[in-house]
Amino acid sequence: MELYAHTIHEAHEMLKKRDISAVELTKSVYDRIDRVENKINAFVTMNKEEALVSAEAANQRYKDGTATPLTGIPLGIKDVICTKGLRTTCSSKILGNYIPPYDAMVMSKLREAGAVIVGKTNMDEFAMGSSTEPVWTGPTRNPWSLEHISGGSSGGSAAAVAADECLGALGSDTGGSIRQPAAHCGVAGLKPTYGRVSRYGLVAYGSSLDQIGPITKDVTDLAIIMNSIAGYDPQDSTSVPREAPDYTAALTSGLKGIKIGLPKEYFISGIDPEVMAAVKNGVAELEKLGAEVMDVSLPHTEYVVAVYYVIAPAEASSNLARYDGVKYGFREKSPANLMDMYYQTRTNGFGPEVIRRIIMGTYVLSAGYYDAYYGKASQVRTLIRRDFEEAFKVCDVLVTPVAPTPAFKIGQMTDDPLQMYLSDIFTLSANMAGIPGMSVPCGFSSAGLPIGMQLMAGHFNEETLLKVGFNFESATDFHKQKPARQLSR
Amino acid sequence: MKISRAEVEHVAKLARLSLTEAQYAVFTPQINNILEYIEKLNELDTANVPPTSHAIPLSNAFREDEVKPSIGLDLTLANAPEKEGSTFVVPRVI
Repeated sequence: MELYAHTIHEAHEMLKKRDISAVELTKSVYDRIDRVENKINAFVTMNKEEALVSAEAANQRYKDGTATPLTGIPLGIKDVICTKGLRTTCSSKILGNYIPPYDAMVMSKLREAGAVIVGKTNMDEFAMGSSTEPVWTGPTRNPWSLEHISGGSSGGSAAAVAADECLGALGSDTGGSIRQPAAHCGVAGLKPTYGRVSRYGLVAYGSSLDQIGPITKDVTDLAIIMNSIAGYDPQDSTSVPREAPDYTAALTSGLKGIKIGLPKEYFISGIDPEVMAAVKNGVAELEKLGAEVMDVSLPHTEYVVAVYYVIAPAEASSNLARYDGVKYGFREKSPANLMDMYYQTRTNGFGPEVIRRIIMGTYVLSAGYYDAYYGKASQVRTLIRRDFEEAFKVCDVLVTPVAPTPAFKIGQMTDDPLQMYLSDIFTLSANMAGIPGMSVPCGFSSAGLPIGMQLMAGHFNEETLLKVGFNFESATDFHKQKPARQLSR
Repeated sequence: MKISRAEVEHVAKLARLSLTEAQYAVFTPQINNILEYIEKLNELDTANVPPTSHAIPLSNAFREDEVKPSIGLDLTLANAPEKEGSTFVVPRVI
C-alpha cells in the first residue's frame, strides 16, 4: 500500500516504529497530488516547502520521543482558516492576496502537535454553498466521478481526503459544510458542538452557526484530530469553558444500551430511493450491533431551511461588511473617490452567491423588515432547538440521511439557488440547535457515488457519535473503498 | 412580488454593491423566490417564544483589561493595498 493511502492512526504507528519517516510520508502525499490534483482541483494553495521543513522537524520529534498522534501527519486545511504566512483566500477574489499575520487557534494547536500542513483546500466562496463551485478558483471535482460535485462548502477538504491528497483535513460547517461533502466523497466528517472548537481565526460567515471540525478517512481519525483542536479558548468569546475529553477513549465496541431515534420528518418521500435504502440498511446494522431503535419526531423540520436562509445571510451581510479594500485584500485599481472604491472593490471582489446572500441579509435586517424576518426566524430557531431537546430526552443519537440525493452534477444547480438551498434540509438543523453532527459512509449508489449517514447527539455528546460511528465502521467496509478507477485514467 | 427591482437596488446600495442591469434581472426574481419561500415562517404562532441568537447560552465573556503585545505595525500594514509610513492610504473622501 502506498504511504499516502493510509489513515492517520496507521501512519502514526508506522512513524512511531520508524518503519517510515515523516519526510517519506509527506513526499508520498505530494507525489499523489502531482498525479491527481489536475483532475480534482481540491487545493487553492500548496505549502510544499514549509511542509517538508515540518516533516523534518517531525522526524526529530519521533527520535526525541515527543511525538503526538498528529506529528508528521500531512493535513489539508480549508481556505477559510487563517494560516500565518500562508495565503488564505476563502476561494474569493476579494481575499486573493491575503496573507494572515496570525494563526487561527486550531492552527496553533495543529502546529504544536507537529502536523504537516499540505496546503489550503478549495471551498464555496466564503463557505456559502453546497457544491464547491466557486467562480474564482473553479469547482472541486468528486474523486468518485469527476462530472459530479464534491459537495460543499468544504468540498476541497473532503475530495482531498477521498483522493488521498492528504491523510486528514479541517473543514468548517455552518449548515452542513463538513457533513455533506464528507458524505458525497465517501469519507467521515464531524461538526462539533457550537463552542467546542475555537473560531478564533476562522473567517466568519454565520457567526452563531460556524464551527470547525475534522474530515478524515475513518472515525478513529476524527477522534484524533478532535483531541488536538477541541477546548476552551478565551480569544473566542463563544468558546465554552469546559474541559475537552479524550475522544479516542470513546472508541470502544458494543452499542448495548444506546438508543437511536429516527426522526420521521427526515425519512420522507422525495429522498432518492438508493439513499433511503442505504441509510435504512445502516440503521439495521446498528440494531444488530446492540442499539435500540425507535421512531421520534422533530415537528418543526419543515421550517429549518426558511430559518437558516434568514439567519445565515443576515449574519453574513454583517460579517462581510469588513471587506472594504482599505486594510487588506483586493482593491479595485483607480476609483474616483472613497465611496467609489467601496462599490468597485466589493462588486468586483465578491462572486454571485456571496452578493446574493449579502443582499438577502441586508434586506432582512433593514429598517421595517427586521422583526418580520430576523426576529421571526430567531423565534422559530428556538422551536427547532426545543424539538431536539425533546428528542434527546428519549434517545441518545438521531440517525438520518445527510443529503436527499448523492452528489449532483457540476453546474446542475448554479442557476437555481432555492433548489440548492433545499438540498441542505437534513444538515441545517444541527447548526441551528448547536448540536454535534457526524457523517459516515453507509453505501454507494448504482452509479458508484458514495452515500452518507448522519448521526446527531445532544450538546457536547461527540463521544457518543464517535462510539456509534466507530462500531458501525468496524462492522462495515464502506469507508475502506477508494475511488481508484476514476483517478487512474 | 415580495421585493421590487428598486428595493433590490436600494439594499445593494446599503451594502455598497453596484450591480449591472443583467445582474438585477437575475437576482431580483431569485431573491423573490427565496423570500416567498421564507413566508412559510408565518404559519407558526411565535407570540410567546423567546428568540435564540446563540444555541449555547453563555453570559458575557469577561477578561482583565490588561495591555498585551500586539502584532506590530509592519504586520498590520503588510496586507495594505496602499500604505504610506504608518498609515493606510485611501482615495480622497469627498
